[in-house]
Amino acid sequence: MEQVKDTQISEHPLPACTVSISPHVKSRESTAKIMWTVNACLLPPLLLSVFIFGFQTLIITLVSVFSCVIAEAVSQKLLHRSITIKDGSAVLTGLLLAYIIPPGVPYWMPILGAVFTIYITKHLFGGLGFNIFNPALIGRAFLVATFPVAMTSAWIMPMNDFSIFKYMQPGVDAVSTATPLYVLKHYGLAALIEKYGAVSTMYKDFFLGVRPGCIGEVSNLLLLLGGLVLIFKKYISWHIPVSVIATIGVLTWIFGGEGYFNGDPILAVLTGGVFLGAIFMATDYVTSPTQKYAQLAFGFGVGAITVLIRLKGGYPEGVCYAILLMNTLTPALDSWFQPKRFAPAKGATK
Amino acid sequence: MSTSLLTFAKGGVHPPESKEITERLAIEKMPLPEEFEIPLLQHFGAPCQPLVKKKDRVEEGDLIGQVTGGLGANVHASVTGTITDIGTSIGPVSLNVPSVTISRDLEAPDKTYTPSDWKSLSPQELLSKIKDAGIVGIGGAGFPAHVKLAPPPGTKVDKLILNGAECEPYLTTDHRVMLEKPEEVIVGAQILLRVLGISEGHIGVEANKSDAIDVLRKAAEAQKLDGAKISIDALQVKYPQGSEKQLIESVTGRKVPGGGLPFDVGVIVQNIGTTKAVYDAVVLNKPLYEKVITISGRGISRPANLQVRVGTRIRDIVQYLGGTKPDLAKIVMGGPMMGFAVSTLDIPVTKTVSGVLFLTKEEIDDQPHGPCIRCGWCVEACPMGLSPNEIGLYVEAGRAADTAPFGVFDCFECGSCAFVCPAKRPLVQFIRLAKQKAKR
Ligand code: SF4
Ligand code: SF4
Repeated sequence: MEQVKDTQISEHPLPACTVSISPHVKSRESTAKIMWTVNACLLPPLLLSVFIFGFQTLIITLVSVFSCVIAEAVSQKLLHRSITIKDGSAVLTGLLLAYIIPPGVPYWMPILGAVFTIYITKHLFGGLGFNIFNPALIGRAFLVATFPVAMTSAWIMPMNDFSIFKYMQPGVDAVSTATPLYVLKHYGLAALIEKYGAVSTMYKDFFLGVRPGCIGEVSNLLLLLGGLVLIFKKYISWHIPVSVIATIGVLTWIFGGEGYFNGDPILAVLTGGVFLGAIFMATDYVTSPTQKYAQLAFGFGVGAITVLIRLKGGYPEGVCYAILLMNTLTPALDSWFQPKRFAPAKGATK
Repeated sequence: MSTSLLTFAKGGVHPPESKEITERLAIEKMPLPEEFEIPLLQHFGAPCQPLVKKKDRVEEGDLIGQVTGGLGANVHASVTGTITDIGTSIGPVSLNVPSVTISRDLEAPDKTYTPSDWKSLSPQELLSKIKDAGIVGIGGAGFPAHVKLAPPPGTKVDKLILNGAECEPYLTTDHRVMLEKPEEVIVGAQILLRVLGISEGHIGVEANKSDAIDVLRKAAEAQKLDGAKISIDALQVKYPQGSEKQLIESVTGRKVPGGGLPFDVGVIVQNIGTTKAVYDAVVLNKPLYEKVITISGRGISRPANLQVRVGTRIRDIVQYLGGTKPDLAKIVMGGPMMGFAVSTLDIPVTKTVSGVLFLTKEEIDDQPHGPCIRCGWCVEACPMGLSPNEIGLYVEAGRAADTAPFGVFDCFECGSCAFVCPAKRPLVQFIRLAKQKAKR
């Protein structure tokens, strides 16, 4: 045991002690820890997509992440705010943006999307915590609106031979192909099943990720595992993901086929980025409600709008716009669903 | 963990307990220092009127400060000696409280107390003994015990709850008192029941003190309780289990409404230290001037559960325990969740101090705070069902005055919200500001 001489106590001042308001201990969690954990949970799907689509996907992702980080630093500099690129939130936006654009697009597209979304949607709205819309989704929506052809056709066929160097040249070599939902919408279920041989093979391929699509939406299995890690760590709760997926499944089953109760719920939830959106984007703290019941309502809204867009709208996917639309309702949901107060004084509730 | 443990429904957090530092250390009597600085305001209410002047000689246990009317509690001399100064001290309730400095008579022997029979005394006589002894709620804001034990006429009280939850991390004083002096706690409980004229008593103890639960149960069985029922209730380990409203909910399921007091739902709550002081006052005729405090944290050379007298300076305690360590970063009077940080050792121990913590840089968190990321963890953690995130945003936006509808006055500053906040936002600080600006 360390002994300090008496004189040291009475004659020498104490080490400078902090004085601040309680509590004096804090949990070990931090904003940066949460963001980096989510980033880590998003890596396995990326690795898989490199195997399926080739290095092109990795390059697109790196371009997107670096542009988001640089855009964040520059935006903060321009707005005279402290630079917080180490907190991982710009990296997260970059990852998510790369995951929801077709892997065959030219490199300048994610750069443009990143600059637009980080500067306008995030920092002009006040920075982390104050943005109304999910930045990655706005990035995608912006690119889809500006470059509709590239953004809806630069899909790459999965390489069954795993020759990962096949598509090193962006845009040029990319064999344009259609996403499953596009085939379903324009050619019907039979055409889609024909492509895969059998229904069960199709489900299996979709679940494991061997099919054309965005980087991050390819493997539902890996996305699900990442989501389970986040739920286990209590970084997200199950309410939003489950309500989104369940709503899409049930509503598609009821309305998605010939007559009623004839739709294919499994196909509906395994395609079109439902897992990525439900687990990693609809659960974004900043743009989703904080209360559990509000989260259920939010998830239901996302699911319902997605199905509506898919069945009645012009886009085969729909999750992206459904989340963005529900983002606008988040403040309202938060004020409709307040936490239950502990026996408040009479007449004192809001 | 067993599911039969009692607990409150909403919110709560699990800070690292850090009780292992001192929970196995037996209560140790600290040798008396030479000088004592006894504040005349150690309680809720007005300061006491000093009954002594400079150069007066006082005996251990003499009354030196008297309640001036209104809310207050008597103050007694902690040692035999001479009054050397009547000045001011840094006190728990406010800075610069009037205080009396006693220079100890190094020859004088310790006063001895012998038990007397209390069962023949009437509730009124018991209550006046408690009042004379200057007993206040120990470990809390220091509400005078005799006032709390005399609810206004017309209120029906049917339950006494003794608060042995000790949910604050680090602190182990109540734990050690329950473990080492279970009979005195049980007799103290009987006295309190007699004063209140009721028969149902509960001692709520967090399940991490199962040894204390066992000895209290044995002691309660061994005592002749004369028809009274004292049950020892094991509580789930969850902060703030020892907060009055949460404890009452855990034990009885009743909820004290906002702005109300425990007797509104028929309950009186007293702390374990207070109960022990009631035993001393009634059975031994010893006023409250001695208590057990936990000295802990990784910044003190030798942590301990110390029996000290009121007026002992923290500096003397630090000296006795071998000094502080070089990586000391924060000194906290009380627990780490609700205590207050101090920057000097020249502070006397008062009746309400339950511990002094010497925390190192690793134990505290001094990361700068960032913007709210709306994770909602604070909302989930708040035992009062408030939205600390929203209150914080209002305060930051300069609208503290508009926060009353958010229930800021229900907040008892337990710190659960700020503990969990990943953005390290100073939510309690925001709420204190809100309380100052908002209209009730
Ligand atoms: S400090 Fe107040 S607002 Fe924060 S958790 Fe405790 S009671 Fe709720
Ligand atoms: S815990 Fe902190 S970051 Fe999360 S909602 Fe509350 S104030 Fe905001």
